[in-house]
Amino acid sequence: MDLAILWFVIIAVLWTGYLVLEGFDFGVGMLLSILPRGGKEQRDKERRVLINTIGPVWDGNEVWLLTAGGATFAAFPEWYATMFSGFYLPLLIILLGLIARGVAFEYRGKISDARWVRRCDVAIQAGSWIPAIMWGVAFGNLVRGLLLDADHQYVGGFWALLNPFALAGGLTTLVLFLLHGSVFVALKTDGDVRVRAGRLASALSVVALVVAGGWAVWAQVAYSVTWTWAAVAVAALALVGVVVAARARREGVAFTLSAVAIASAVVLIFGSMYPDVIPALDGGEALTVAEAASTPYTLTVMSWVAVVLTPVVIAYQAWTYWVFRRRLSSKDIPAPAGLSWQKIKDAAF
Amino acid sequence: MDPLALARWQFAITTVYHFIFVPLTIGLAPLVAGMQTAWVVTKKERWLRLTKFFGKLMLINFALGVVTGIWQEFQFGMAWSEYSRFVGDVFGAPLAMEALAAFFVESVFLGLWIFGWDRVSKKVHLASIWLFALATNLSAFFILAANSWMQHPVGTIYNEETGRAEMESIGAVLTNNTLWAAFPHTIAAAFLTAGTFVCGIATWWMVRLVRSKRPENVEKARTVYRPAVLVGVWTMIIAGAGVIWSGDLQGKLMYEQQPGKMSSAEALCEGTEAAEFSILAVGPLYAGCEDVDHLISVPGVTSFLGTGHFSGPESYLPGVYDVQEQYTERYGDVTASGEPVTYTPPLAVTYWSFRLMIGLAVFSLALALAALWATRKGRVSDNVWLSRLGLVAIPTPFLACSFGWIFTEVGRQPWVVAPNPTGIDQVRLLTERGVSTAVPAGVILTSMIVLTLVYAVLAVVWYRLMHRYAVEGVPDSVRDESPEAQEPDDTDRPLSFAY
Ligand code: HDD
Ligand code: HEM
Ligand code: HEM
Repeated sequence: MDLAILWFVIIAVLWTGYLVLEGFDFGVGMLLSILPRGGKEQRDKERRVLINTIGPVWDGNEVWLLTAGGATFAAFPEWYATMFSGFYLPLLIILLGLIARGVAFEYRGKISDARWVRRCDVAIQAGSWIPAIMWGVAFGNLVRGLLLDADHQYVGGFWALLNPFALAGGLTTLVLFLLHGSVFVALKTDGDVRVRAGRLASALSVVALVVAGGWAVWAQVAYSVTWTWAAVAVAALALVGVVVAARARREGVAFTLSAVAIASAVVLIFGSMYPDVIPALDGGEALTVAEAASTPYTLTVMSWVAVVLTPVVIAYQAWTYWVFRRRLSSKDIPAPAGLSWQKIKDAAF
Repeated sequence: MDPLALARWQFAITTVYHFIFVPLTIGLAPLVAGMQTAWVVTKKERWLRLTKFFGKLMLINFALGVVTGIWQEFQFGMAWSEYSRFVGDVFGAPLAMEALAAFFVESVFLGLWIFGWDRVSKKVHLASIWLFALATNLSAFFILAANSWMQHPVGTIYNEETGRAEMESIGAVLTNNTLWAAFPHTIAAAFLTAGTFVCGIATWWMVRLVRSKRPENVEKARTVYRPAVLVGVWTMIIAGAGVIWSGDLQGKLMYEQQPGKMSSAEALCEGTEAAEFSILAVGPLYAGCEDVDHLISVPGVTSFLGTGHFSGPESYLPGVYDVQEQYTERYGDVTASGEPVTYTPPLAVTYWSFRLMIGLAVFSLALALAALWATRKGRVSDNVWLSRLGLVAIPTPFLACSFGWIFTEVGRQPWVVAPNPTGIDQVRLLTERGVSTAVPAGVILTSMIVLTLVYAVLAVVWYRLMHRYAVEGVPDSVRDESPEAQEPDDTDRPLSFAY
């Protein structure tokens, strides 16, 4: 039982890691057509500045999701089975988005051709906007509860997932990630891009305070328990802090605080779900932490694995962020190194 | 439409597709790391040039391995939720370990390698590609631990109350003898794939340059491509031996653990001593083994593969009928519609996939021998047939790997978790019981169509990019970008290897 609670917390930590890290790289992807300015060439350079700020790290960020998935399978098989079969279509859409954007990041610079690059940019943006919204919708539904039958099968259907509360959750993650991304760009770049990102961040911080604050209070009042007011308060304070820090061009502070806001949202979400992993909607059954958990033996094994490996992972991942700490600007960007399609035609195979 | 059939097709399509990219990554990553090591140690520029060339091909391939893997991680819960409920206590553990121990290392250190040429010292940069290469191989270990457990469940008990499998010993799961045969076999197959790939491309280039007769081209063929040909050749030879050795090991275990799979590999009806290995069978295999003629057979070989004896009483192999009878007696399962379960996999698939897995390796063998001969004693070759063989051979180990998996997985049917004959009988699950019950057929059909289309587009892009970068060839000159080679205050230089 206690191990099951520990694992509930670990899963929450993994989602926090995922949403905080991939949150800003979703944000950067979404800003790809919004931030860059100037002539055609300058704009493409600035796009490359944006993409290169996350270039070395986005894949490592995404592994937090894979780990959350794998850990849920190992520690809470029933949760993994019910949640992912219940969220089949939304999850499919999210995964397709992640597939498109991953390929586009890697292949964008491989061919120097305007049409090719434009298509990759579309894929990066679609693959960032869609998951940024859908994760909020998914978590909104988990907070609100799902309609499960006595066998813990989801029976609510697809359209029921698009209820107002969940959609508002989607808007919340969207705004938070846009903010987080623009703060990150301001932190990681130099020159014009940095100035523009800073300005956008300070505008978005106010929007985020209203939208995310509103959703958090809604979640709190309608679905949560008293202690998670603390998370709501921390999130609100952090967002107020972002408003102030963004105005003052304190980018490091602003980034830390927007990360804290996202983390508190995860605390609110998981806090409101507990002691269930999938709360009940009227007329249905809940799936509780205890019911969903693996056996104590498996949880013990997994605890050792997590206790030993997680700090190591965090250490080397943090170290790579340190290695790539330098700010980028459009003058760092070399001429495109991609090839043209042409040569295939005169080759023999 | 039947959600089960759709879910099976979807799983087969997406997993085999994932495994097109996997073997090349697993094998090529250590080879690229080896080339970079050669550069750092010998300081010969050609190794840096080869590292950059094959490194780019590796990255193009890796990208698709990653994105198709994302779907893999979630599809058990999405389309196979009842399977996930049944096995999660055991099966989830290696999957989570794979992510924590391997995927993080893979992605973080690859990022460091791609972007870090001018950021970290030569040694650290070299260490990062080695860590990446090790992690790809480690990830294979954990996922194969999961898969081997489905083939041969160990370290597990059955909980009557919950109707679930429960892990008793993670040590037993990770030391499963099925795993320790499948892991070397899969890794060796991956190295064979990568060795053929490197040798095939380098051979084509070598011949092409020598035929141009321009002295600087011939020089490049000799100093740059010939060493790469040899890297490929020796990888193929060692990996080929490993594939045969470990395949034999697997055959012996299969005979003990899944006797039906062995007999269906040969489409053997009745039990027999000194079972032959046929090269060709004609007749309606899809309808069973009854009217099948085995032409061109090698006596005793199938028996040897399973039992270690070519003839005599110890070489006895049970036939498909014996297994059917035995399993019916022991398990007597009925399908959802009340029919008795057939414990025989589709024989046409098992028979041919097994032969094709083994047979396709002939191309790699031919290439290895021909290339070794053509490059003997410092020679380079201008033989067009050699370069054609190189190109023809490249896809064959990819196909052999797919057929290997198709054999392994289809041969296990009707089980998704095959019963362990010496273990706890109840730890077993029919494939038809594993599929999600909450997901309608139309939904699975939708995802199958969308994924197939997306994957088809990606396959075309992948092929064209690989092709294009292979045709570009090894760069003529490369800059040593390492911090050691830079001017001290050169901080404004453009970034290396940026997106
Ligand atoms: C024998 C090896 C092997 C096998 C059987 C599988 N994979 Fe795989 N997988 C790898 C070997 C691999 C790899 C070598 O580690 C990859 C392939 C290329 C790559 O980029 O990493 C990878 C990538 C990869 C990724 C992306 C990792 C990342 O972002 O770095 C995921 C989530 C999975 N796989 C999951 C799976 C699942 C759930 C499988 C079971 C059906 C599976 N793989 C079969
Ligand atoms: C941990 C790893 C794996 C698991 C858990 C797994 C599980 C499954 C499941 C649940 C099915 C559906 C049942 C069926 O259709 O018969 C299946 C089928 C199949 N799998 Fe695997 N598999 C794994 C690895 C692989 C790999 C790596 C490959 C090869 C690339 C593979 C190839 C196939 C094929 C070809 C089928 C279709 C068989 C058929 O439909 O008859 N599997 N597997
Ligand atoms: C003498 C040659 C070979 C023998 C005797 C052999 C034997 C086997 C056997 C018995 C299996 C099934 C294991 C099981 O279902 O439990 C298998 C699977 C497999 N084979 Fe081979 N094989 C040979 C050559 C090859 C080659 C050349 C390749 C690819 C280049 C290859 C790739 C695979 C793969 C990927 C699998 C599925 C994974 C696994 O179960 O290990 N094999 N092989």
